[in-house]
Amino acid sequence: MDLAIKLSPATEDQKTLLAKVEKEAGTSVNLCYQCGKCTAGCPAAFAMDYPPRQVIRLLQLGMIEQALQAESIWICASCETCSARCPRGVDIASLMDTMRRQALKQGKADKRVAAFNKAFLSNVKNFGKTYEAGLLLRYNLTTGQLFKDMELGLPMMIRGKVGVLPERIKAREEMKKIFERAEKLGGDE
Amino acid sequence: MKFAYYPGCSADGSGIEYGMSMERTAKILGFELEELEDWNCCGATSGHNTDQLLSLALPARNLAIAEKTGMSMMTPCAACYSRHRHAEHVIQHDPEMKKKIELVLEKELQGTSETVSILDILANKIGTEAIAAKVTNPLTTMKAACYYGCLLVRPVGLTGFDDAEDPQTMDKVMKALGADAIEWSHKTECCGAAMVTSRPDVGNPMLYRVLKDAKESGAECIVTACPLCMLNLDMRQAGIEKKFKEKFDLPIYYVTELLAVACGDDPKTAGINKHFVEAGQYLQTVKVRAAEAKAAAEKAAAEAAAKAKEKAAAAQAKAAGKSTDKAKPEAAATEPDLKKIEAFKTALTKNPDKMAAKLVDDPARAEILATTLDEKRIAKLAQLMASDMEKAKKAANAFVTAELKKQGDCQD
Repeated sequence: MDLAIKLSPATEDQKTLLAKVEKEAGTSVNLCYQCGKCTAGCPAAFAMDYPPRQVIRLLQLGMIEQALQAESIWICASCETCSARCPRGVDIASLMDTMRRQALKQGKADKRVAAFNKAFLSNVKNFGKTYEAGLLLRYNLTTGQLFKDMELGLPMMIRGKVGVLPERIKAREEMKKIFERAEKLGGDE
Repeated sequence: MKFAYYPGCSADGSGIEYGMSMERTAKILGFELEELEDWNCCGATSGHNTDQLLSLALPARNLAIAEKTGMSMMTPCAACYSRHRHAEHVIQHDPEMKKKIELVLEKELQGTSETVSILDILANKIGTEAIAAKVTNPLTTMKAACYYGCLLVRPVGLTGFDDAEDPQTMDKVMKALGADAIEWSHKTECCGAAMVTSRPDVGNPMLYRVLKDAKESGAECIVTACPLCMLNLDMRQAGIEKKFKEKFDLPIYYVTELLAVACGDDPKTAGINKHFVEAGQYLQTVKVRAAEAKAAAEKAAAEAAAKAKEKAAAAQAKAAGKSTDKAKPEAAATEPDLKKIEAFKTALTKNPDKMAAKLVDDPARAEILATTLDEKRIAKLAQLMASDMEKAKKAANAFVTAELKKQGDCQD
């Protein structure tokens, strides 16, 4: 992270992107008066490069690329504490969410989180439900962490907490179409 | 009471005991759960991290099915609850997005569905009194940290059945089951959620802090209503203990498991043998301690009753011995009465407003009394107040009525 930054007025592109992010998040960064209550209450701030208040500041200054590249947006656990406590009503959690989706579109996503999400949604698309065991296996395979959480697999099976086969819903065709149409319509913007 | 039931994906997998104890809870408390026809996964965090429209359309498909049943939809999982509440909110308040969701689903939405959480049902719809009435094996002496986590109480605009910072619904249910719900600061802090799996460097310290605060606040177990919180707190507790070199030994329970056990279920029927941190032994300890506490309370009550009996007998004997001198106890009784009368006199003189308010309910009438108190009336009222408060009130009201009449006469 650069400690000194040269500020220049936000470009039209930056303004357009920020407006899009704000609209999708349903909130406005200009409401923020930088009190820092979000950062104070954030249980994951300790691991962030830019804590929540600073992410909002980056957006206020039009530095949306830096905000999208911040590791913070992938460290946010979506616990909603920041939004619940913000005295100005800024929906910070929703902004984080929107920025994750934006970063994903730009190919800037945290690889491990993106891999997990992809594996999860592929389950839902194909079966209509999540298949936890298959999900973890697939996640481990794609991220090259073959033996991650292996010690937990057998005890889970013994406790009847792992299905042998994925559960499937009847409307699997409908699910595939929902995914396809959502992708098509979501991309219209 | 009947609800459409959305078990969520974990109810057949990692949260199997939540599903089992949920069914038992419904049976014990007498509400019906009808599983939603061919429901699908809500998309969870992965959905809203990836695509907004998809993250709304997935729960909306379930809501469309729930709408047709005409029943509220109950979901035990906090994340499923949050995603469905979110979609409901958008469908009701964002016509543009609603249209898009309908296009994706190729279905029309009425926006009449209502997703409810199990805590809302237990504490607000069934009520703690009805729950307490079903308890046969109270969890007396259990020290429970009620853990709400994130999504049952936040975002405030989407949940709203409990306070976001210091929620009480689960505490009330646990108290109805006979347990002590301890005070602690991390009841709505995040357990690390999916981060514990995808980014343990971030998730582990979060999980550690929740466990540590519960332990330091005197909890002997943690109670949850979320399958992901359970997964983290229970399955990953041993790993956290190893990593942070600190022993917790905190059994974790679903609130529904404890309800079933307190209402007479065998712990195994409620699924408690499926936990990672041994959870049966603590229930046994509580049972023993509860029996001891009950025995001690009974013994104390018996002793107190015996003492009272002894005292009464002694008093009777004393009275019998002095039966020749009847005047004495009466004289002794009048002395404190005189003191009382004097005290009321002083109070009426010094604080007429306050005392008048005590005697007359209507504030306007009380004011009239306060402004018209003279020595004679004070003496009369003080005497009555010392012997019979009801009579004093009547007299005070009579004074006011007389006063009002007098004023009315003057005006005429």
